[in-house]
Formats: sequence, structure tokens, C-alpha cells
Amino acid sequence: MDNYAIYDGLYAILGIPRDCSLLLQFIAIMINIVLVIAVVMLHVAYATYFERKVIGHMQVRLGPMRVGWHGLLQPIADGLKLFFKEDIVPATDFKAVFKLAPIFVVFAALSSLAVIPFFSTFYIANINIGILYILAISAVSTYGIIMAGWASNSKYAFLGSLRSAAQLISYEVAMGLSLVGIMIMAGSLNLKEIVSAQQQQWYGMYLFPQFLGFFVFTVAAFAETNRVPFDLPEAETELVAGYFAEYSGMRFSLFFLGEYIAMIVMSSMSVLCFWGGWTLPPVITNAIPQLNMVPGIVWFVLKVYGHIFVFYWVRATLPRYRYDYLMRLGWKVLIPLALANIVITSIVKYLA
Amino acid sequence: MTPGNYLPTEYLPVLIMMIVAAIFGAGIILVGGLVRLRRPYKDKLIPYESGITPVGEPGIRFRISFYIVAMLFVIFDVEAVFLYPWAIVYNKIGLYALIEMLLFIVILLVGYIYAWKKGAFVWDSRGGSDAL
Repeated sequence: MDNYAIYDGLYAILGIPRDCSLLLQFIAIMINIVLVIAVVMLHVAYATYFERKVIGHMQVRLGPMRVGWHGLLQPIADGLKLFFKEDIVPATDFKAVFKLAPIFVVFAALSSLAVIPFFSTFYIANINIGILYILAISAVSTYGIIMAGWASNSKYAFLGSLRSAAQLISYEVAMGLSLVGIMIMAGSLNLKEIVSAQQQQWYGMYLFPQFLGFFVFTVAAFAETNRVPFDLPEAETELVAGYFAEYSGMRFSLFFLGEYIAMIVMSSMSVLCFWGGWTLPPVITNAIPQLNMVPGIVWFVLKVYGHIFVFYWVRATLPRYRYDYLMRLGWKVLIPLALANIVITSIVKYLA
Repeated sequence: MTPGNYLPTEYLPVLIMMIVAAIFGAGIILVGGLVRLRRPYKDKLIPYESGITPVGEPGIRFRISFYIVAMLFVIFDVEAVFLYPWAIVYNKIGLYALIEMLLFIVILLVGYIYAWKKGAFVWDSRGGSDAL
């Protein structure tokens, strides 16, 4: 096991021997975690800026322009504003539940980052059940949503949370099934091993043999992160903001944070499972060997941002789905497609 | 590695990450509480209902379909989790695993078709069509 490959780098920088005490190992893990959280927070802040710019330009507007050069300081201004806003807890019998709900959402989103390998030697934990862990822990945010809706003492929030919970659990089935094809091909649940298994193929990405799974996964990822066209939980024209109608200030921004981190996690999952992670297809690297000089994190970040761009592109293009269509799509189209993908993959794998 | 004294050390960073994530979420709110203003009064704390005084209790009756979807989720998610270990060891077992799993998926499909025919996936209150 090379679980602590990352810490070799850190140990070397800090001048610590590799077989050091538990305390030093703990410090190395903490440095790692703080680094990941800080970088992801920065990316979340600028993902909102990126979103507003992309959608602005798609709608022939400029997007944020006032705060800083081309509005570059806008996310910081927004964050500061939310930080100093009054935090209203409405008259409800369940104040503790109301206060706990956003923490659940942000906990679920941040914890899923623990098993994502950003490149071959950088990850917080390299566990055997990476995919299962991400699917399991991101389901915890459903609790946050139910708690928020139930404790808000408001009809809009209650309906929004019910809809959201039903949507999340429906698409979770499709998402779980869509990844089985990947597991059959790679023979592992470990995200790092899935990436190295993709390098065994000349095309270097499971996107091509698993296009059906990729389609199901992408649609399910949109629904899981409550993005347009599946943003029914926060349908602002019908439910005023869904389950977080009663939230304001920092608690509201925690829900917002959770949504954007979940988007980054889902994009990373897609990149790792279908797009070859931090690697390029061997066909390309064999043709142009100079590309091997580029560090893997560059490709990883480029692919993740490409994926996030698709999220925004779809948001600027498609109208919101109707709720019964949404459930119908999840149960009657995506699940049969995912099951068909499993059967086809296993038969092809057996014959090959 | 004997089963009795196996310490899953590779999961330790995950546990620490979970604790840090929870502290991060709670910490943001607690730190913010020191600086932001707080002036509650009765009207501000009324749940939002488009500016009108709320009518009735928020715990309204909701559709039974939500309950059915939750039950179906439990069934299908457990089935999906059954598929994971099979998918991992599929390469090592071969034809036997393939046939076993095709049988499993057929049994799953029977229940799925039953739920479909019973209208568990129909959300249109008018009975609805099966068209997509």
C-alpha cells in the first residue's frame, strides 16, 4: 500500500523522517486537509464568478464588472456581505434542527472531498471503497435538506424539502447503477486504481466504452446537485427558494457552499471515472511525448472546469423540468438505461 | 494481515476530514455570530408566505407518492449495493458470475415492471399517461 505517498512529499519538505511519530503524521494529514479545503473554497468562490460571467456572456450581457478589474473581486464582496448579514431564525419549535441543517449539508459536501485523488500522489485518503464512500456521504446532504424544510415552519420550505428529498433519492439509484459499468471494467472501487486502469487502454478514457453510463451519470449529477434543468427544489418561481426559503446570511451561504462543493465533487467523479482523471490517453502522449512533462493536476483542473462549464452551459440553455417529468425521467428512463449498461458491459467483458 | 488485529489506518484521514468538515461548518456560523448584528422582532420571525400572515399549519398532508418513492429507493439502492461487490470480482469468476447476475437483474426487473404497472412512477394527479 502506498497510502502515505503524499506524505513523502510533505515529509521531505518539512525534513521529517518517514517512519515518524503519530503526532507528526497527524500534522501532515492536517496540513493536507487544510490545503484541500482552502483550495476548494477558493475554487467555489470563483466558480460563482465563472458562472455569472459565462451565463452573462451567453445572454449577451457582461456579467459582474464593477468590483475590481472585470468584477474579479465580486465573490469576495459577496462573501463579506453574507458574513455580516443578520442571521434570522424564524419562530419555530425546532430551532436546534434549523441551525444544524446547513452544517449537515456542508459536512456532506466537504467530507466527500476526502477520497478524491487530485493527481497521482495527492489525496487525503486512498481507500478501497472510494466510489461507495462518495455516494454514501453525499447522501447525508438529503438529511440536511429534510431537516431544513421540516424545521423552517413554512409551507414553501416543507414542500421544497419533500420534493428535493424525493428527487435526490430517485437519482441516487440511477447514479449508483451507472457506475457499475466502470467497476466491472476497472475491477475496483478505488478512484486511483480506476484512473490507472483507464491507462491500460489505448483510448485512455472509459468515456468511449461507457458512453451510456456517462450519459446516465451526467444527468443524475445534474439532479443530485440541484442544477438547472433539475433545480426543482429551489424553483424560485414556484417555491420562492424551496427548502432554504427561511435561511439568511451565513446559514444560507452554507447551503450555497454545499451546492457548489457538490458540483465540484460530481465533476471530479466524472473526470476520474470517465475522462481518465489526471492522465491523457496513451494515444496522445505517445504521439506527443512532450505532454508527459505537464503535471497531472493541470489536466485534472482543466477537465473539471470543462465539466463545470457544461453545468453552466446547460443552465443558460434549458428551461426547468416539470416535477412529474423529472420523476418519470429518473425512474422510467435512466434506471432501465443503467441496467442495460450493466448487462451489456458484463456480456462484452465476458466475451472479450 | 490477520482479521483480529487489523487497524484500518488508511481510513484515519477520512475520519479527520469529517471532523474538520463539521468544525468548519459550525465554525463559520459561530465566528460570524460575533460580528453580525441581530435585531429580531415578532413580525420578522414570521415564516415567509409572500408577505401575508401564514394560514394554517405548515405540516400539511402530502402525497402518498413521496412515501412510495422512498420505499422504492430503499429497495433499488440495496440492489445497487449488491451489484458493487459482484462488479469488483467479476473478472475473477467469469461465466458463473455473469449468469448469476443476469438472474439477479431479471428478478429485479420483475419487481420494477410490477411497480411501473401499479403506477408507482406516475406523478400526474389526473392518472397521467405513460408517455415521456
